[in-house]
Amino acid sequence: MTTPLPKTADLDALIQAHRTLPGATLPILHAIQDAWGYIPDEALPRIATALNLSRAEVQGVVSFYHHFRRTPPGRHVVQVCRAESCLAMGADALEAHVRAALGIDVHQTSADGAVTLEPVYCLGNCACSPSIRVDDDIHGRMSPRRFDALVAELRATSGKGVTA
Amino acid sequence: MSARIYVPIDSGALSLGAEQVARAIRREADARGIAVDIVRNGSRGLFWLEPLVEVVTPQGRVAYGPVQPEDVPGLFDAGFHHGAAHPLCHGLTAQIPFLARQERLTFARVGLTDPLSLDDYLAHGGFEGLKRAIALAPADVVQAVTDSGLRGRGGAAFPTGIKWKTVLDTPAAQKYIACNADEGDSGTFSDRMLMEGDPYCLIEGMTIAGLAVGATQGYIYVRSEYPHAFRTLQAAIGRARAAGWLGASVAGCGRAFELEVRMGAGAYICGEETAMLESLEGKRGVVRAKPPLPAIAGLFGQPTVINNVMSLAAVPLILARGAAFYRDYGLGRSRGTLPFQLAGNLRHTGLVEKAFGVTLRELLEDFGGGSASGRPLRTAQVGGPLGAYVPATQFDVPLDYEQYAAIGAMVGHGGIVAFDDTVDMAKMARHAMAFCVAESCGKCTPCRIGSVRGVEVIDRIIAGEERGRNLALLDSLCDTMLAGSLCAMGGMTPYPVQSALKHFPQDFGIDTAAAA
Ligand SMILES: Cc1cc2nc3c(=O)[nH]c(=O)nc-3n(C[C@H](O)[C@H](O)[C@H](O)COP(=O)(O)O)c2cc1C
Ligand code: SF4
Ligand code: FES
Repeated sequence: MTTPLPKTADLDALIQAHRTLPGATLPILHAIQDAWGYIPDEALPRIATALNLSRAEVQGVVSFYHHFRRTPPGRHVVQVCRAESCLAMGADALEAHVRAALGIDVHQTSADGAVTLEPVYCLGNCACSPSIRVDDDIHGRMSPRRFDALVAELRATSGKGVTA
Repeated sequence: MSARIYVPIDSGALSLGAEQVARAIRREADARGIAVDIVRNGSRGLFWLEPLVEVVTPQGRVAYGPVQPEDVPGLFDAGFHHGAAHPLCHGLTAQIPFLARQERLTFARVGLTDPLSLDDYLAHGGFEGLKRAIALAPADVVQAVTDSGLRGRGGAAFPTGIKWKTVLDTPAAQKYIACNADEGDSGTFSDRMLMEGDPYCLIEGMTIAGLAVGATQGYIYVRSEYPHAFRTLQAAIGRARAAGWLGASVAGCGRAFELEVRMGAGAYICGEETAMLESLEGKRGVVRAKPPLPAIAGLFGQPTVINNVMSLAAVPLILARGAAFYRDYGLGRSRGTLPFQLAGNLRHTGLVEKAFGVTLRELLEDFGGGSASGRPLRTAQVGGPLGAYVPATQFDVPLDYEQYAAIGAMVGHGGIVAFDDTVDMAKMARHAMAFCVAESCGKCTPCRIGSVRGVEVIDRIIAGEERGRNLALLDSLCDTMLAGSLCAMGGMTPYPVQSALKHFPQDFGIDTAAAA
């Protein structure tokens, strides 16, 4: 699997498309991460110039928010909820199973490049705890058995962001 | 005549397979040559029955759930498309006790209608409140909200009408309405359900707010954990604008209101209103010192109404039915209803809208049906991750802002997370401190450093190292955080920690028999 390098021309187009919005930084960062899967180094000086900010200010914004990543993720991002409702329904055991099944810890990517694992504090699916998120899809009442079936599917499919 | 079948498109229902169920119904109906009309609705909020499929019959809507794709052929065999009996059938949806016993004002339409259908919205009383507001003077709209007794549903319970009046009375060329849809509290999902299930209600509430205070631009700040709600709102705003409900002349009244959805980026603190403003302005979500109040100098330095989704979504009904109608629900200074959210270890999890005054016992037992595990319920955390753990001995205290404050707890956004007797409260206390470490904005020391020390001290208490000394240290640390933090992140993290310690000392290795 190869990750195509970000094309700086595309970055500029994304920045241009949002730069006139009031408070444009987050919309621009979202657009870039949606397209590339992460915020590449090349993006920072370009955003800074477009918004008349210092590079340090842009860097400061990117690093503040858990959502933005600075390195390419695996083909899929799996988030396991670590918040109270899911804890009340066995999220600790589920997360241990997920780590073992993928052979990685949180903030890591599986060896085959299929899955990056992240923690999350609540997905708003607390009535169906424990919950996980796979890319933009939420899965409720997750069990080790259902998770294994899901991962088998993920390993077999390409994700969004990296193949763009 | 074709059968009309409702399959929810709420992300909670989708998380349990509603999309696959909708497809299976379509496939099976086509294969059998049966004409069906599948409508995608919001969720009724009975999550233990999701995916909850409803079929329209002359008697009303009949419920089947939880339906999995493999159940679909059997449902057709039984004739469910005519409302026939089946092991998954629960009879008329409206008569399911969990739903029948509620007082649904804000959630009146959620689950009944197709969320994006303007025709559905209008047919169920939509835009009545906005029409009333257009006919009234702005000050009278604000007065109606004040008279209703509505207090902010985001956590702090500040009277909404008073906030609006400050913005109305502050002259400025540009004012804003900022809807706080960050809903970061664990155990809460009412904002999400409303945005996904009845987005025009929020749009209408924000438009009324805009006309009332003279704001022409609104922003909805939605957390990035809610991609589905984000897309639903974007689609709804597009349709509302195309139909003339938003834009240069709202419903032809000659006054403008525009709306835009913005996505957060995974920071709990951006639910704090001034951090949210910073984030909307494109900056790090660091809390601002007050004054100035956002109502006077808020977004981009302009007067700004900041309200939670539930506060704004209550407004259309208040205008349509009158302030007294709303105020007649509730008790004391807690007026109206609150959409409570039942989560955690319960048999019947979901959304329960009730007037203030209902007790935790009624919610956990009568509605929630007790624990999912079948073990005794030990405690419930009320009001999100900064809320206190309420022990079973206090389950009969009426849910009312003042009565909860009196027991050192808070109602907050109405999230209720139930735990059975296997919960380790020392672990939950540590979790609260660790959450503060992860989510502190870093501006003040008691919160930024205090939470790190808090985790260390709790670890030492759990390990049994110099327990007495470390308990005293934890106490003084909590005092410092309570008194010395700029916002409730650092200021209320002690609530879950100290309530756990107070009500469940044995979990911290404290010998209660010896101490007594
Ligand atoms: C740490 C922290 C997190 C908060 N999170 C939220 C939130 O997710 N949603 C919300 O509406 N209010 C939240 N609030 C409360 C807001 O600061 C503010 O009081 C509210 O948005 C005002 O709207 P309301 O008056 O309609 O409740 C939070 C406050 C703090 C201190
Ligand atoms: S209490 Fe914590 S989150 Fe609030 S302003 Fe201080 S450091 Fe920031
Ligand atoms: S606590 Fe896990 S989804 Fe809310």
